[in-house]
Amino acid sequence: MPRAFTPKVITANALIAGDAVWFTADNRWSPKISEAEFITDEAHADLRLLEAQARQDEIAGAYLADAKQGPHGPEATHFREEFRTRGPSNYAHGKQVEL
Amino acid sequence: MYKYNDFDEAFVRERVAQFRGQVERRIDGSLTEDEFKPLRLMNGLYLQLHAYMLRVAVPYGTLNPTQMRQLAYIADRWDKGYGHFTTRQNIQYNWPKLDDVPDMLEALADVEMHALQTSGNTIRNVTADHFAGASADEIEDPRPVAELLRQWSTDHPEFQFLPRKFKIAVSGAKHDRAVTKAHDIGVRMVHNDAGEAGYEIIVGGGLGRTPMVGKVLRAFLPREELLAYCEAIVSVYNLLGRRDNKYKARIKITVHENGLETMQELVEARFEDIRKGFTGYDQELLKQIEGAFAPPAYVSKSSANFEAARLANPAFRSWADTNISAHKAPGYAIVSISIKKHGQTPGDATSHQMRVMADLAEKYGHSELRISHEQNVILPHVHQGDLLAVYTALREADLATANIGLVSDIIACPGMDYCALATARSIPIAQEIATRFDELKIEHEIGELKIKISGCINACGHHHVGHIGILGLDRAGVENYQITLGGDGTETTTIGTRAGPGFSADDIVPAIERLVTGYLDLRENADETFLQAYRRLGMEPFKAILYPAEDKANAA
Repeated sequence: MPRAFTPKVITANALIAGDAVWFTADNRWSPKISEAEFITDEAHADLRLLEAQARQDEIAGAYLADAKQGPHGPEATHFREEFRTRGPSNYAHGKQVEL
Repeated sequence: MYKYNDFDEAFVRERVAQFRGQVERRIDGSLTEDEFKPLRLMNGLYLQLHAYMLRVAVPYGTLNPTQMRQLAYIADRWDKGYGHFTTRQNIQYNWPKLDDVPDMLEALADVEMHALQTSGNTIRNVTADHFAGASADEIEDPRPVAELLRQWSTDHPEFQFLPRKFKIAVSGAKHDRAVTKAHDIGVRMVHNDAGEAGYEIIVGGGLGRTPMVGKVLRAFLPREELLAYCEAIVSVYNLLGRRDNKYKARIKITVHENGLETMQELVEARFEDIRKGFTGYDQELLKQIEGAFAPPAYVSKSSANFEAARLANPAFRSWADTNISAHKAPGYAIVSISIKKHGQTPGDATSHQMRVMADLAEKYGHSELRISHEQNVILPHVHQGDLLAVYTALREADLATANIGLVSDIIACPGMDYCALATARSIPIAQEIATRFDELKIEHEIGELKIKISGCINACGHHHVGHIGILGLDRAGVENYQITLGGDGTETTTIGTRAGPGFSADDIVPAIERLVTGYLDLRENADETFLQAYRRLGMEPFKAILYPAEDKANAA
């Protein structure tokens, strides 16, 4: 039996700055995961990923990442994706100070 | 050191211009990421978790002060004011913007540097003993040979699409400081029974998911046959190496699957063909290169203030006892500058620190700097009479930590703080271990101990050859750290053995503390190092220290 679909967000790296960005329901790339479109349907996820990947002049390497719904919007479920929302732990660099 | 000739200069500039055009076409949408990726990787540009990363080659770890200052300038102008020195003697910038990278490469070309072949399935930056040309136990300076190999391998038309990446290390000394047995090809300078100088050629070493100690392919190769022989090895590998499975594509697997004897036969046969094409030009070139690596004009002067300062100043004595190595020239010393102050990120240097080190090299070090695979910076030629001045200046720049070879001199890859391949973080673990042992004030009592941390199975942090190796993994969505013991990256290379189940991020530092303080009770005397004690006693007593609860459970 195929594995049950778990909720997703679409994420990528911005083309010029290279930082993590998330695809919103209104087709923007946001630096905040909380603004991402929360996708609960597998067929819709596949379509949205195709649309996201087509935006080659804005991003690189779009993929679907597991997410859960939090009080302020989607949140990461895996620590790797969580790090991407913040930045590195050894310096106050990246989103943790820029957003 | 080696100076670019007109050909080198034109070649590097042309590659920068090509990449500038490629970046423009990527940004205007004419190249997709799939099309652009192999092009950026050929120029050392990765896309990591939070940003791009530019990996700059420091050939065989040698830099002059002008180059070091330019690295500082690049860090300030286009990055966040620091750089990360790696286990392959390179420097990485963690925050470049895509549209700035061509300018960064241009700035590198201005000082005869580049980022070519620091990625991709090509022959990577050739590494060498960081004490090359200076150490007391050296047969010959390995850098001319490393430079010859670099010129041969750069843009070599046959070897741009190998089955997998290919790493070469060269050592010219009795003690192996270049981890030659963990490279695709290791070149060690040796003498044969007749007293002639030549090379021992080691092949098929490597760390990563299938760690292997390199095997001797040829016990003695005459000097003049090195390039033809290396070309034969890579040529055989290029055809025989597997392209169906990237985890089985490195030459270590090719050697393992086909056997050393088959490799020897194939390489020797290919060598017979290839050597006919080498008519001696490479040896003329090597002679010219050797001229560029002539020893510095050593001075002879008094070392009296060194001895006096050593006696008068305990902090200086501690630093001198730990961070200085024997030099081949009378009155001289090799200074290892630790860029691993307790709690700092191993291998990171700020632009200010880079400039201080460049100034010191210029003033006191015959204008030479080295990057070590252990992620420190070396001043290879300092007169003993200048050591106090060097120490004083280093101290002001927070660079005088006396911990070379000790428990806090940890190798750590960038791990999941930066790297897209990582499965766990390594930097915070290194920071916490160093901070903890600094608090305990026992690292000098512990003595020589090499801890090496990798944030994934690819083993950039060389954990397999750490006396204590730590491997960070993702276990069901949680960071988990496995410990290996007894690894060794020197001439007696050994792959460490896994001690048992992994530890959580919270438990790994206490486990290391338990292990190391436990060793202090197990050792025969203060001279027996951790590695020697492990070799004498085996895994069991260390395992009992690491997993005390299990011991009780078994006894019950």
